[in-house]
Amino acid sequence: MNVYLPIAEMSVNWLAILVMGGGVGFLSGIFGVGGGFLMTPLLIFLGIPPTVAVGTQAAQLTAASVSGVIAHWRRQNVDLEMGGFLLAGGLIGSIAGVYLFRYLDSIGQIDLVIQFSYVILLGAIGLLMMWESLRSMVKRRSSGGAGRGRLHQHNWMHGLPWKRRFRRSKLYISVIPPFVIGLFIGVLAAIMGVGGGFIMIPAMIYILGMPTTIVIGTSLFQIIFVSANVTLFQAVLNQTVDVVLALILLIGSVVGAQFGTKFAGYLRGDQLRGLLAILVLLVCLQLIVELAVEPSDPFTIEWIR
Amino acid sequence: MRRWFGPICLVAALWGMGVAASRPAAAQGLVADLSSHLIAITTDFTGQELLLFGTLDDPSRQDVVVVVTGPQQTVTVRQKKETLGVWINRRFTTFEQVPTFYRVAASNPLAEILTERALDRGQIGLRNLELSQASGSNTFREELERFREAFIRRQVESGLYADQVDPVRFVGGRLFRTTIGFPANVPTGQYIVTAYLVENGDIVDAQTTPLIISKLGIGADVSVFAYRQSLLYGIVAVVIAMMAGWTASWIFRRL
Repeated sequence: MNVYLPIAEMSVNWLAILVMGGGVGFLSGIFGVGGGFLMTPLLIFLGIPPTVAVGTQAAQLTAASVSGVIAHWRRQNVDLEMGGFLLAGGLIGSIAGVYLFRYLDSIGQIDLVIQFSYVILLGAIGLLMMWESLRSMVKRRSSGGAGRGRLHQHNWMHGLPWKRRFRRSKLYISVIPPFVIGLFIGVLAAIMGVGGGFIMIPAMIYILGMPTTIVIGTSLFQIIFVSANVTLFQAVLNQTVDVVLALILLIGSVVGAQFGTKFAGYLRGDQLRGLLAILVLLVCLQLIVELAVEPSDPFTIEWIR
Repeated sequence: MRRWFGPICLVAALWGMGVAASRPAAAQGLVADLSSHLIAITTDFTGQELLLFGTLDDPSRQDVVVVVTGPQQTVTVRQKKETLGVWINRRFTTFEQVPTFYRVAASNPLAEILTERALDRGQIGLRNLELSQASGSNTFREELERFREAFIRRQVESGLYADQVDPVRFVGGRLFRTTIGFPANVPTGQYIVTAYLVENGDIVDAQTTPLIISKLGIGADVSVFAYRQSLLYGIVAVVIAMMAGWTASWIFRRL
C-alpha cells in the first residue's frame, strides 16, 4: 500500500491519501471551494514537508476546479466576463505572492504569516457568513419563503468609474472591485497554498452582490487559472510540486468533487452557507489553538539545499 | 554511466584515504565490507537494512566501532518564543556541513572501550558530534549548546540520527557483523561507513566503505526532470491536472 513520493522524498500509504483527497473533494464540490485550506494542513499532518504540501496542493486544485467548473458550465452558472476581471487581478497577485512567500520564508516567519492570515480571514468570513445565513433562515421561516426583494444594496462601490454590464450576474458595476478582489486573492493563494475560493465566494456575494448560483462556478473558473499559475511558479522557483502525490490526490478529489456537486443540489443556499461557515470557523479555531498553545517542541529544523 | 562517475570517484578516493591514513605501525588487520554499496530508492521504498561484516585478529582484546554518516548539508535551527500570547520564531542559528544521517554501532559500550579523547577526536557518538556554526551567524556558546541539543533531538525523532548505539556481534571466532537500518525518509547522496578497530582505548585501524543512496526508476526520473527542467515539469504538471479534472467530469457525465 506504500508508494514513494519522489519530490517529498518519503513513502506514504497511497490509500490514506486517496481517501483524504476524496473527502476534501466532496466538500469542495458542495461549497465550490478548492479545499486547499483543509488539504494543506492534512498533508502536513501526514508528514509531507509543508513546502511540498503547498506546491502539490496547487496542482490538485487545478484538477478539482476543472472538474467542478464543467458541471457548473453546463448549468450556465459561470460568468466569464466577471471571471476574466477577477483572473487578471489574480494572476498579477499570485506572482507577487510567490515572491513575498520567498522573502518571508528567508526570514523564517512564513508559518506565522500564513497562520495569522488564516485566523483573521477565516474568523471574519466565518462569522459574517454564519450571521447572514442564520438571518436568512429566520427570515425564510417568518415570511414563509417569499422572494428575495432587492438584488443587492447600493453602496460606495457604485460610485467607481469604468462601469460595465455583467449580464450573467445581472450586475452593472465598476470593473475595479473584481480586479482588486482578484489581486488580493492571488496574493493569498500564493502565500497560503490555496485557491482562495473560501474568501472569494463571500467577497463576490457580499461585496460585488453576485447571485449565489453564479458565484460558485465563476470562482471555480478563476481558481483553475490562478492555481495553474501557482503550480507553474512553485515548480520553477521552488521545485515543490510532487506529481505522484498530486495524481493520487486528484484522483480522490475529482471523484469526491463530482459527488459533492450532485449533493449540493439538494441543499438550499442559506443552508449551504451556514455549513460552510461552520467549517470555516472550525479551521479558524484550530489555528488559534495552534498559535496560542505552547508547542511540544519550540525548536524546528530546516535543511538548506 | 556518466551519472555515477563522480560519486564513484569520490567514494574511491575516500576509501583510499581511509585505508592509507589510519594504519599505524602496530595496527593489525581489520577487514570489513557492506552487503551492498548501493541503496536504490524505488517507488515502493519503505526503508532498508544493510549488513556490515568483517574480521579482525583478536576479539578478546580488540573491539569494533562502526560509524555511518550521511551527506553533509547546511541546517537552520529556529526557536519559538511566546510573544504577546503567540508562539513566534525568535532565535535561530545555522550550522554548516552537518551530516544528514548519523548512526553508531559498537561491539561494547563506547565508554568502556574508548577514552574520552579518542571519542572526541573521532567524533564518535552523538555527544561528540561536532556542529560548526555557519560563518556570519554568531550565537553565544550557551545558546549554541541549546540549539545543538534541539537539533540532535529533532533528528533522533525523525529517525535519521540514532541516540542508541547498535550492537556489533561476533559470530564465531574473528568474524563480526552488524545491521544498519535506513528509514524510508533517508536522504539521498554519498554516505561514509567507517569501521574502526579499537585496542587499549584507542583507534588503531579504520576502514572506510562507500555507500550510495540514490533514487532509481520512475521516482528518480521524475525527480531529475523536476530539478533539471523545472519549467517543462511545471507545464506537464498543469496539463496532467487539467486532463485529470476533465476526464473525471467526462466519466461522471456518462454514469
